[in-house]
Amino acid sequence: MNSVTPLLWRKALRNVPLVGATIFAALIAGAGAALAQEAGLGAPFDWQMGFQEPASPVMRDIIDFHNFMLWLITIIVIFVLGLMLYIMFRFNAKSNPVPSKNTHNTLLEVIWTVVPIIILVVMAVPSFRLLYQNDVVPTPTSVADLYGVDVSGEITLKATGLQWAWEYEYVDNGVFLFSSCLYGPDYWCFGGEAPEGAHRLLETDNPVVVPVNTLVKVQVTAAAVIHAWAVPAFGVKIDAVPGRLNETWFVAERIGTYYGQCSELCGQYHSYMPIQVNVVSQEDYDAWMAGQLAAMQPDRLKAPTTEFAQQGITPRRALAIAPDLAN
Amino acid sequence: MTETTAGAHEAHGSPTGWRRWLYSTNHKDIGTLYLTFAIVFGIVGGLMSVIMRMELQAPGIDIIPLEPGTQEHFFNVLITGHGLIMVFFMIMPAFIGGFGNWMVPLMIGAPDMAFPRMNNLSFWIMIPSALLLVGSTVIGDGAGTGWTVYAPLSTIGMTGPSVDMAILALHLAGASSIMASINFITTIFNMRAPGMTLHKMPLFVWSILVTVFLLLLSLPVLAGAITMLLTDRNFGTAFFDASQGGDPLLYQHLFWFFGHPEVYILVLPSFGVISQVVSTFSKKPIFGYLGMAYAMIAIGAVGFIVWAHHMYTAGMGVDTEAYFLAATLVIAVPTGVKIFSWLATMWGGSIEFKTPMLWAMGMIFVFTTGGVTGVILANSALDTAFHDTYYVVGHFHYTMSMGAMFGIFAGFFYWIGKMSGHQYPEGLAKWHFWITMVGVNLTFFPMHFSGLAGMPRRIADYPDAYAGWNFVSSMGAYLSFAGALLFLYILRVIFKSTKPVEANYWGEGATTLEWSVPSPAPHHTHEAPPTIR
Repeated sequence: MNSVTPLLWRKALRNVPLVGATIFAALIAGAGAALAQEAGLGAPFDWQMGFQEPASPVMRDIIDFHNFMLWLITIIVIFVLGLMLYIMFRFNAKSNPVPSKNTHNTLLEVIWTVVPIIILVVMAVPSFRLLYQNDVVPTPTSVADLYGVDVSGEITLKATGLQWAWEYEYVDNGVFLFSSCLYGPDYWCFGGEAPEGAHRLLETDNPVVVPVNTLVKVQVTAAAVIHAWAVPAFGVKIDAVPGRLNETWFVAERIGTYYGQCSELCGQYHSYMPIQVNVVSQEDYDAWMAGQLAAMQPDRLKAPTTEFAQQGITPRRALAIAPDLAN
Repeated sequence: MTETTAGAHEAHGSPTGWRRWLYSTNHKDIGTLYLTFAIVFGIVGGLMSVIMRMELQAPGIDIIPLEPGTQEHFFNVLITGHGLIMVFFMIMPAFIGGFGNWMVPLMIGAPDMAFPRMNNLSFWIMIPSALLLVGSTVIGDGAGTGWTVYAPLSTIGMTGPSVDMAILALHLAGASSIMASINFITTIFNMRAPGMTLHKMPLFVWSILVTVFLLLLSLPVLAGAITMLLTDRNFGTAFFDASQGGDPLLYQHLFWFFGHPEVYILVLPSFGVISQVVSTFSKKPIFGYLGMAYAMIAIGAVGFIVWAHHMYTAGMGVDTEAYFLAATLVIAVPTGVKIFSWLATMWGGSIEFKTPMLWAMGMIFVFTTGGVTGVILANSALDTAFHDTYYVVGHFHYTMSMGAMFGIFAGFFYWIGKMSGHQYPEGLAKWHFWITMVGVNLTFFPMHFSGLAGMPRRIADYPDAYAGWNFVSSMGAYLSFAGALLFLYILRVIFKSTKPVEANYWGEGATTLEWSVPSPAPHHTHEAPPTIR
């Protein structure tokens, strides 16, 4: 062992250019990884160790606060570990054969009670601020004031968790979407192999489409069991509880595709109810909405609607639930 | 008169054979039964986690050999079984039933528990409880509800007998724990040797005392909640059915009113064991004894008023969340007192790094790690990002699977000579520690990364991007299980050993009363109350 190590070092020193090249390559790879992170906006990427890229002011604040907290807890853990290592070297039976009998030190005990309290208070102030700021559903103007982003308008989206898919209603327009998993192993997904580059278990057949820089109020509920509607890049997660209408909100600042997954155990196909949100420009959104409205004209519904009507289901919603009836 | 008391037990001697165990009213025998039970179910629960990690090792569902659809359900049955078994059939029996029964009477100078026959019932009622839970995985479809058994998934979401069986298993385990709690409280309050005041009790006894109070106060709430589940499932009530005026969130409040104290029930005895071990191997009395005892009481008390921090995303209202945020942060203070007091106990000591001490120091480190991630999760605003992700799984395994488990191993290696009369093999036991230490950290640390990246917990299959860290976690799980197998081998070595140990084999550092009786501790001890200096 002793003879091998210096040899390796000598070899390494002789090959300084090679080592330099390796380091350079590693840096390139690191930059590549950073680029990959950019490319993976809205979705997780391989070997990811941190949050997804934020796409909303709320998520930016969450990440900032978490980074502050991460520093704090890292210092605490290193402090405890450091103390323990010092104790191991300084006070082991060999270096300290006679133990002290010291069992009290009032000052020390006061310090390690008071200092954590101070740390917690320092932590609690931004925590409360963030909680109240994010929790209260704002208006476009108050978002602009609070977060300094230009918000053009607002839409309301209602998400209903089903076993195992999401049903969306654009409350302002009466448009319904039935959104289920596109690539996965089972009949709740459209099944089959995902093509190259597709996000297995994340992509849906009917993604939610929302305009960029718009206040999106999300009302969330569920039909039978509890689900949770979550999009990590927006910093949004709220339970979908039967009999309750929970409300949350987001403002997407960047055009792109964002993914999330159901985040409350809801039965056997819990893994297969993804959330896909396509954030588009206002023009694209208007065009998409016009298309949806055209496709959902009640007169296109040729199949008998009495059965749905008896259940209090509107023709538009019936189309969303059973699109093949239209043909 | 004294002579009659001292000789009272010789009249009936020690029972032998199966009668010794089935009819046992002896705290040591019952403790041994509990420990055996905990080891058996630790292996069962561990095997379940290995199957889960095998399934999660790579994307796709390809390990569980069932039909599509039932595969995913079986995965949910595994997470449910793993959680319930580890909580109710491994950690609690090991700490409270096992070490508690063995050591509390020995440490306070009592001849036995206050209610020996109830003690017997407490243990033997665990057997039908375990049979019901294990049976629930094979009769019917299995309970795939998660250990939280949230309604309405557990009511309208899952038909068949499985969930009912799991609920009844919890009822029996709860009854067992309530009886044990009454037994410990009576014993500790009334049967201490003269001179053993509350403020002189060893910290392990304190930890058990606080723990059983938590059990006694929280378990009836769980019993109520799961009884309502039973009647919702079978008798047409609608406590948790929104369509008939019930409220699913009511169940969550009731469950976590039990569930949060429960996590302290799991970890407080670990605190107690660590205190004994740290003091023994530093050859110093505990630093700040009163602070340590009252920190545990504070943790227990505050543990009752923080439950809804498990429900930040349920839609509770911002002021409620703010209250639970503040209350939860408060727990960090007494926990910090404990960590620093252990370090101060070691400070100035003459530390011997025997296996129990390695586990204790390991526990202090991993519990600090799990504690600080708990402080992160306490912040409601951050919990929006972390709730129901693998970050939470990482956090609570650092406190439970490591904080509590390390305490069990510390206690096991600390007391096994006293309990069996034979010492463990030091070298192998150190290997066991290091394999487990590396294994569990390799398993659970990457879970924080998966959670930060957004991976939800309790999913049988995950998006491909999460594959990397999941692979690492799975490798760690296999290594940890190899550690568990090594532990079984160590058990074999201990019981094959013929070398006796002395009464106080740890020497000057071990000052509590259990070290004043021979090893193995005879069937009857402290028949005359010992004198406390």
